[in-house]
Amino acid sequence: MVIGFMKRMLVTAFFIFICFLLQCTVFRALAFGGIVPNLLIVLTASFGFMRGEKNGLFIGFFSGLLIDIFFGSVIGFYALLYMYIGYANGKFSAIFYPEDIKLPITLILCSDFFYGIICYVILFLLRGKFDFSYYLVHIIFPEMVYTVVVTLFLYPVVLRVNRGLERGEKRGEKKFV
Amino acid sequence: MSPIVKRKGEKFTLPGKYLLFILTILCTGMVLLTFHTTIFSGPLGTIAGYTIVPFQEGVSAAGSYLRSRSEELSQIRDLIAENETLKEQIDELTIENTRLQQDRYELTSLRELYELDSQYDEYEKVGARIIARDPGNWFYSFVINKGAEDGLSVDMNVMAGSGLVGRIVDIGPNWSKVKAIIADDSNISAMVLSSSDNMVVTGDLRLYASGVISFEQLIDSDDVVAEGDKIVTSNISDKFLPGILIGYINTINTDSNNLTKSGYITPAVDFEHLEEVLVILELKQTIED
Repeated sequence: MVIGFMKRMLVTAFFIFICFLLQCTVFRALAFGGIVPNLLIVLTASFGFMRGEKNGLFIGFFSGLLIDIFFGSVIGFYALLYMYIGYANGKFSAIFYPEDIKLPITLILCSDFFYGIICYVILFLLRGKFDFSYYLVHIIFPEMVYTVVVTLFLYPVVLRVNRGLERGEKRGEKKFV
Repeated sequence: MSPIVKRKGEKFTLPGKYLLFILTILCTGMVLLTFHTTIFSGPLGTIAGYTIVPFQEGVSAAGSYLRSRSEELSQIRDLIAENETLKEQIDELTIENTRLQQDRYELTSLRELYELDSQYDEYEKVGARIIARDPGNWFYSFVINKGAEDGLSVDMNVMAGSGLVGRIVDIGPNWSKVKAIIADDSNISAMVLSSSDNMVVTGDLRLYASGVISFEQLIDSDDVVAEGDKIVTSNISDKFLPGILIGYINTINTDSNNLTKSGYITPAVDFEHLEEVLVILELKQTIED
């Protein structure tokens, strides 16, 4: 039980770490029109609906905190935002089936849209930048499209790793019983 | 049964909604605390500095290596042609250089005469490499691989080539975060070099793609400022050292109030291909309160 938990924690931390690194180094160099896909949203949302609200909440919190430390003007804003996205995605874990790709894609799309809207409202609208349609068309939509394209490659990896971990945990449980 | 009361023989678990509530309060508290202070950025920055920064350095070094290799291959043909023309230019420039060097000696002696400080070649600078960029699409900031241990501190100005890049806004032991002048939340007090008219230079997300930044509140009653004029940081800025080149006026329009002018500036720095920067190790003198 404990070993399984530790293993899961390490694997998840490794995922967050890799996604953060890729997002602020390699993907920045490969950005199309200055837009970067949001890998951490994909990670937070997919662990949310695969593993439940608590997992999503923690992964969102730590992903956001990492962004806050390096790039946020205050600490806690992105942590809060990602945490809520992870929690909300966790609510859908009851109707999640690994064979179905439509629900994950829709949820990730919605999560990224929500993320974009909140970022616009809090970081731009409150500073008197009212040109919403520009930001919607030039920032939020391109990010969503790019994120979905990346999801098609990243999501199967996450799914596979999660399945591997679950199998390992079940085997561990049987051993103890 | 209460969900948070522990029963005998039952494993203690905290339901998700309580956890969400606790962490929300924690985050809100941190946001409020860090809005005006920097109490957490010290310890958190140190931890992050020793766990994340080494990997960022490695990955971005590998990334820029690959990118420069692919660019090299595609550019070889152009380079051969360019080499020819450049060789011709070298001869011309060598002649010009000797002439300019003579001028320079004259200039230095004249400056000494007038006891003038020369421009920013006097500032002590240190080079640093960009190792990570903002992972979001809303702002433009980046992390460099030097920090407090290398003698850097918050508010130090950052340059690339001859132009202004931005200033350090956050710092860790071995990294610092630089906010670029093109970032949407950046405002700089600047002036036109030729006429010393002051203005405010503002970054704008909507202008990233066109590679310009906007300026406003330029009072130019004599109508002397024109397109192509040099814009430098002003003497009255409290974060930026005076006289650092920002860019050149691209377009200029009179505002509807007929008193001030606004328009766009082409920055002197190519922000798209920025890899190394220079940090000026001198802070703007401020009046202590």
